[in-house]
Amino acid sequence: MNGSLFVNFPFIVVALLLALGFYTIGFKRNLIKVIIGVEILEGAVNMFIVALGYVKGGYAPIYTQAPQEAVGKMVLPTPQALTLTSIVIGVAVTALMLAFAVNIYRHYGTLDVTRVRRLRG
Amino acid sequence: MIEHLPALMVALPLFGAFIAPLFKKHYKGVSIWAIFITGISVVLSLLLMKEVVTNGIIMYVFGADKPTLVLPSGYAVPIRIMFEVDAMGAFMAISATLMSFVGAIYSYSHVKKDTGLEKYYALLMLLEAGILGMVLTGDLFNLFVFLEIAGIAGSALVGFRNYRGEASEAGIKYLMVSSVASLMVLFAVGIFYGQYGNLNLAYIAKNVSFNMVDMIALGLLFASFAMKCGAVPMHYWVPDAYTEVPAGINPPLLVATYASLYALFRVSFTLFANVVIDLARVGWIMSILGVLTMFIGVTMALIQKDVKRLMSYHAISQTGYMLLGVGVGLTVLHDPSKLAEFGRDAMAGGVFHIINHIIYKSLLLMTAGALFYVTGTRNLNEMGGLARKMPITTISFMVGAAAISGLPPFNGFASKFLIYETSYRLNPLLTVFAMVTSVLTLASFVKVFASAFLGPPLEKFENKREVPKPMIVAMLILAALCILFGLFPNVVLDKLVYPAVDALINFAQYHSWGGLA
Repeated sequence: MNGSLFVNFPFIVVALLLALGFYTIGFKRNLIKVIIGVEILEGAVNMFIVALGYVKGGYAPIYTQAPQEAVGKMVLPTPQALTLTSIVIGVAVTALMLAFAVNIYRHYGTLDVTRVRRLRG
Repeated sequence: MIEHLPALMVALPLFGAFIAPLFKKHYKGVSIWAIFITGISVVLSLLLMKEVVTNGIIMYVFGADKPTLVLPSGYAVPIRIMFEVDAMGAFMAISATLMSFVGAIYSYSHVKKDTGLEKYYALLMLLEAGILGMVLTGDLFNLFVFLEIAGIAGSALVGFRNYRGEASEAGIKYLMVSSVASLMVLFAVGIFYGQYGNLNLAYIAKNVSFNMVDMIALGLLFASFAMKCGAVPMHYWVPDAYTEVPAGINPPLLVATYASLYALFRVSFTLFANVVIDLARVGWIMSILGVLTMFIGVTMALIQKDVKRLMSYHAISQTGYMLLGVGVGLTVLHDPSKLAEFGRDAMAGGVFHIINHIIYKSLLLMTAGALFYVTGTRNLNEMGGLARKMPITTISFMVGAAAISGLPPFNGFASKFLIYETSYRLNPLLTVFAMVTSVLTLASFVKVFASAFLGPPLEKFENKREVPKPMIVAMLILAALCILFGLFPNVVLDKLVYPAVDALINFAQYHSWGGLA
């Protein structure tokens, strides 16, 4: 097994997801799909942080019933905390965006972003 | 109590925001509650500025009494969330609280006829909390969280009039821009965490080595914050958002935009200040971006018919002046003689222009809101002869228009003059563009003045009257500030602006609490 590829695999996935997310935001015409694109971007960033936080041979910092060999090998759970916060924020953003999308459909009768364009000039 | 001031600054509007929904059906009560809370936070922010000016940078650590406490295992890095307030942060905090206060007063009658006002005021205070958190924090991840809070609250307010499809369209545009920008900020934060194992601004700034990955992080941060402050290639969301938002929210929303500008300055001055070689290049990019922003903004403004949209394009163009001023300063940051000669004054011009612009642009957008309140339209071609009907609005508008065009003795003149004088020293071409922009600004405001206020009185506005008192009070406060700042610029410069500029220049001070030596 190629070691470096295996180690870098999560980051390759992150790069692919980022590209996919930006493509979806930039080129899709359906508003819901654009929102999904933002979600994909968010997934990519979250995955990036979680992948960074992985320490080989580290133990989760849960002190109750920790095994003997975990002493001195517990990781600082900051990246996981960051990701949790970011996920929560992401839910709020998605909910608000979908609410806007519903309202836009009600007023414009379409979700095609090229036709939702009353504000121009 | 004084030592907990930084935390109180954020806690108070948050508390206000979460109490506000309890006032369901008591619209008067919730308005007064919002005015009360935002008023107190103005006082707190002034106290904070006084504290910072007398005692230097305030470090506030959540969950410990000093920042240098380490883990039991002896792992010596700053691990707690901390607020680090220097004069620049306090300066922005004053702008934020003042504008939320004025916005709350104005909203008292401006949005009276809308429903769901308890949510409106909750979001207003949430927006204030987000801005304050952004400008006070000393932690990169915290910056991201508050950026998102301000973005979500701001876009919900942009789409507040949900009976208008356009409001939702502008809201989703703003939210899309702000969430993509924040995600890229988070990506950059991840890059920093991966390299330096920490999130503290001062700690990272001390250790930053400016390798390839750091450059990517700088690019991401620069692009995202430039996007959120409406610099040119990414300015399209500004006119939509500012036009559709209720006029009472315009002041805090403006400050939210400039909180991103603050973050841009914080990143380029504090985070990457130790990088000597490439900073001049970043400064040049910022100056040229500024010139482009001001010129494109003003040319777009000239052709507008919608009064609020016209003013929003001017908001883009004025952002250019701030970028130019501070960009000039950044270019010569590591050249002490030039910095003393014109760099410091250029930055003072840029920073002074932030608060000036927030004041007069809020004033102008409020007069546009008043026009909308009275006439029910924002189209300039349908207005006319309103000067006699609305004398106070007219006077406020004239003050604001003179200030934005940089006529003495109003505040716009003071900061623009500083920028002209200093950017000339770096490259005369920059000044030429800045002055042409100013002339074009005057031209387009003459157009608004002539078509909305002058001319024969129209029949359909026969029985219209001046707007209600709270709106007048809010406009007069800002008009008075415009004139005061213009008449006594030296006082404002000495008390507020130069401390803020020095805080940016003396970046070593920001790092100096040790970063756990």
